[in-house]
Parts: sequence; C-alpha cells; structure tokens
Amino acid sequence: MSASPAGPPAVSAEPPVSTGVDGVPVWRTFPSRLITLCLVELRKIRHDRTELYTRAIQPVLWLLIFGETMSRLHAIPTEGRPYLDYLAPGIMAQSALFIAIFYGIQIIWERDAGVLAKLLTTPTSRSALVCGKAFAAGVRASAQVVIVLVASALLRIGLDWNPLHLLGALVVVVLGSAFFSLLSVSIAGVALRRDRLMGIGQAITMPLFFASNALYPVSVMPGWLHVLSTVNPLSYEVDALRGMLLGTPSSIALDLGVLVGATVAMVVVASSLLHRLAR
Amino acid sequence: MTEADPAIRVRDLVRSFAAVRAVDGIDLDVAPGEVFGLLGPNGAGKTTVIRVLTTLIPADSGSAAVLGLDVRREPMRVRRVIGYVPQQLSADGGLTGYENVWLFARLFDVPRREREARIHEVLDWMGVAEASGRLVSTYSGGMVRRLELAQALVNRPRLLILDEPTTGLDPVARGDVWERVLQLRDQLGMTVLLTTHYMEEAEALCDRIALMHRGRLRALGTPASLRDELGAGATLDDVFRHHTGDVLAEQGSIRDVRVARRTAGRLG
Repeated sequence: MSASPAGPPAVSAEPPVSTGVDGVPVWRTFPSRLITLCLVELRKIRHDRTELYTRAIQPVLWLLIFGETMSRLHAIPTEGRPYLDYLAPGIMAQSALFIAIFYGIQIIWERDAGVLAKLLTTPTSRSALVCGKAFAAGVRASAQVVIVLVASALLRIGLDWNPLHLLGALVVVVLGSAFFSLLSVSIAGVALRRDRLMGIGQAITMPLFFASNALYPVSVMPGWLHVLSTVNPLSYEVDALRGMLLGTPSSIALDLGVLVGATVAMVVVASSLLHRLAR
Repeated sequence: MTEADPAIRVRDLVRSFAAVRAVDGIDLDVAPGEVFGLLGPNGAGKTTVIRVLTTLIPADSGSAAVLGLDVRREPMRVRRVIGYVPQQLSADGGLTGYENVWLFARLFDVPRREREARIHEVLDWMGVAEASGRLVSTYSGGMVRRLELAQALVNRPRLLILDEPTTGLDPVARGDVWERVLQLRDQLGMTVLLTTHYMEEAEALCDRIALMHRGRLRALGTPASLRDELGAGATLDDVFRHHTGDVLAEQGSIRDVRVARRTAGRLG
C-alpha cells in the first residue's frame, strides 16, 4: 500500500532540549521506562493469547499427573499437608522459571531484527532497558500464577485465598521471573546465538528446578544438593510462595531480600553484557 | 550545541573488530539540512560509522560529534536529537502501528499532553494513519518502513539516520521513501544521513556522498562532481567501481548476507 504523503509534521525540528536532555531525572525515567515496557508486553499478550493457552498445559500436567501420582505414594514429607497443596506453589514458581529462563532468546531475536539497536538509540539507560525487559517477562509469567490458581481451585487445593496473600504471591513470581529473565539476558550476552542459548537454557533449567524446594523439602536432599539449594534463588521464591499461599513457616523477609538482591545484581550483570549484543 | 555546529563531525575515527579494522581513520563533516549518503560495498564500514554515531558502539580512537555533542561523552543527549531506522525491518509485528509509535514516544519522553497529537501527526504524515489500528504483522514491507520512519520522527529529531532504508522494497515503496526523505530536507530542513547500495538512490536523494571501501573514505563530493571527475558520460556506478574496484564484497560477512536475506524474507 502506498499513500500519498500528507504534509510533514507541523513543527520543524524543535529545540532538542525541550524535553530536558539531561533534565529528566533518573528517578522519573527509570520507572517510566519500566512501566512502558511492561505495558507493551501486556498489549502483546492482549493481541495474541495463544501463548497463554499453550503455556497453561505444562503446570496443569505437573499438578494433575505428577502431583496426583506422588500424592498416592506418600513418599515426600510435607509436614502433614496433602502433597498437592505442597506442590502448587512450587509449580507456580517452576512454570514462571521455564518462561523466564528462555527470555534471552527474545533479546537475541530483537538484536537480529534491529529492534534492540533501535531501543538502544533512545534515551534509555541500559540498566533501565534490561530492567524493563525483565519485569515485562514478569508480566508474562504472572499469567502462570493465574493458571495455577485456577487449576488449584478446580483440584480443591487448600491455598490461602486471602487477596493480599495472592497479591504477595504475584509480586514474588514477578520478582523471581525478573531475576531468571535477567540471567537469561546475561547468558544471551555471552552466547550471542539463539541455538547456544537454547542449549545453555536447557542445561540449567532442570538443575535449577531440582536443586530447589519446588518438589520436595530441602531436608530430604543430600548434603551437596542442600548447598546448591541454599544458593538457588528459586528456593527462596518457592519458600515465600508457600509462606503466602499455604501459611507455612517461612522467612519471607529473607526470601524477598534475597530475590531483590539477586535481581539487582543481575541487572548490573545483564546491562554490562548488553553491549555485546549491540555490536 | 549551537546553530553553527555541523550536524556530524568525525575526525580520525577508528573502530576494529578483532583483527579487522572496520573503520580506519575517517574524517567527515555533514552540514545541517544536508542529505548525506554513505556508499560502499558490504563490509566497507558504513554501518560501523552509523553505530558509532548512534552511540551503539564506542570508537577505538578519534572523535565523533552530532550537532556538537560528543557521542562518547554525551550519549544520552545525542540520542535525544537523532532518529534512527536500522537496516532490518524492525517494527514489532506483535503490536499495532499506533502502539509501535506510542512506544517510542514514551521512550523519548514526549510530554503526555502532546503525545497523542504527535503520534497521529507522524502516522498521518507517513501515510499509515488508516492502518495504525492493525497489527504490523499484516503490513507490507513498504508500510513497515514508513511506520519506522514515523517511529524515528516522533521525537522530532534534528538528524535522521537511515541504514539502507530501501533494501528489499519494491520500486513504488522505494519511491515513496525517497519522496518523504526529500520532504524532510526541503520542508523541515532536517539533516539526513543514509547508507545505500543503490546508486540511483544516492543520485536521487543525496546532496553529497562519501564512498567508503575497506574502512576508509575513497571519495567525497556531490554526485555531479564525482561523476565529472571520471569524465563525460560517467555514471555513479562507474564512480563506485573506480573507487572500490570490481572485487565483490570481499570484506562482507555472513552476517551481512543473513541480514539482507532476513529483510528480504520479511518483505516477501
């Protein structure tokens, strides 16, 4: 389609400092970028919901097949709770992890399509850009929370339905997804190619999952796995989710502290590696 | 940054990738209001110059300034005054045309009270206003390119940088892009820096051109003066061959091929 051009923009090139070249303070631009990139992600989800439906399958299968089967075995100590109850927050965190850990592929795609270069030529700091992208991944992953909650309601899983606790769980999942998507962006900055990132992502996803308390308590792990679990942010995410959704004894302040600290550290790493993708 | 500053000033610019010197000590001045073309075969260093000017990569040595702003020391200020359209078709197919421009209006901090008007202004000017509610994945290649120009103009830049803007476009869409670039210069006095492989494009659009080969500037002048240097009847194609030889893209990489194929593929 070719349309005859209308007149050019009414005003000529304006004085370039009108929007405050360096006058826009970081405390305003940083959250503005973050909100913008999250809103863009929401709009994309609204335009194409296919991914939401297909991604609903895996957590439901984990709860239905793995959860129901393991419930009958009574092999895992869950402090007197039904195993399905114990499992649901773990699956919530796991399904968000599985989305976030491959988020770097999108960054590489954006690099290949020229989108990343265009974003990097806007007055957006690299840390704001990776942070915005990470929380946009969190927005996408938060759909998994809804899916697991709906599945939990259908399976009569005994979650705490207090809206504040549900909101807290959402925040935890968004934070956890932000961390893992930043990890993925960092790996993308090193791997630089989609096939490499796929391989690395697949190689680390299962160890992250199994070396966490998502499926079983840390107490049943062998010593070496216990150590890995302690340094695995997924464990803290699951612990916080169980505290909020099941009311189990949790160190929510510690969990949130670790997640926030790990996310901030990963923002620094990811933004310092982003230049490798900009070349 | 003053009115007297050149739109672009590059001095002894050097940028290497591993052992390859992509840009090897070039000097360049582009005057305000000029349409300036960077020509050269694949791997000549054109895109590297653009990447330095758009603050995407730092130079190894030398200096580069946009409207008097040093690209290394003041990258955020440089980004505020440029609009950039990369080689690839880079609009987001998962968003509508309106949303694509809205995203850049927000990233450039276009004030909220002006934002809507500004978005509709550039969409209208680029002739994609009617289609702006549709997902970009349904657009033709020419429409995507015009939408990208709208994105690049929403912050009212003083320097527009176009990296091979018409690669893969059909002749009608190409002519359409040319028409709009010339309007930007003639009606807004905007400075435009573009790279191209097409000599007829350079002839039609550029006030001056620089021919690059193996990271160096081989020729610089108006299309007419470069033709005249070779003698009567010479074309820009002859000028290109004269300065770059007949060696085909010996410095181009597989990435250049991939980018060109990807763009062509997306254009259908």
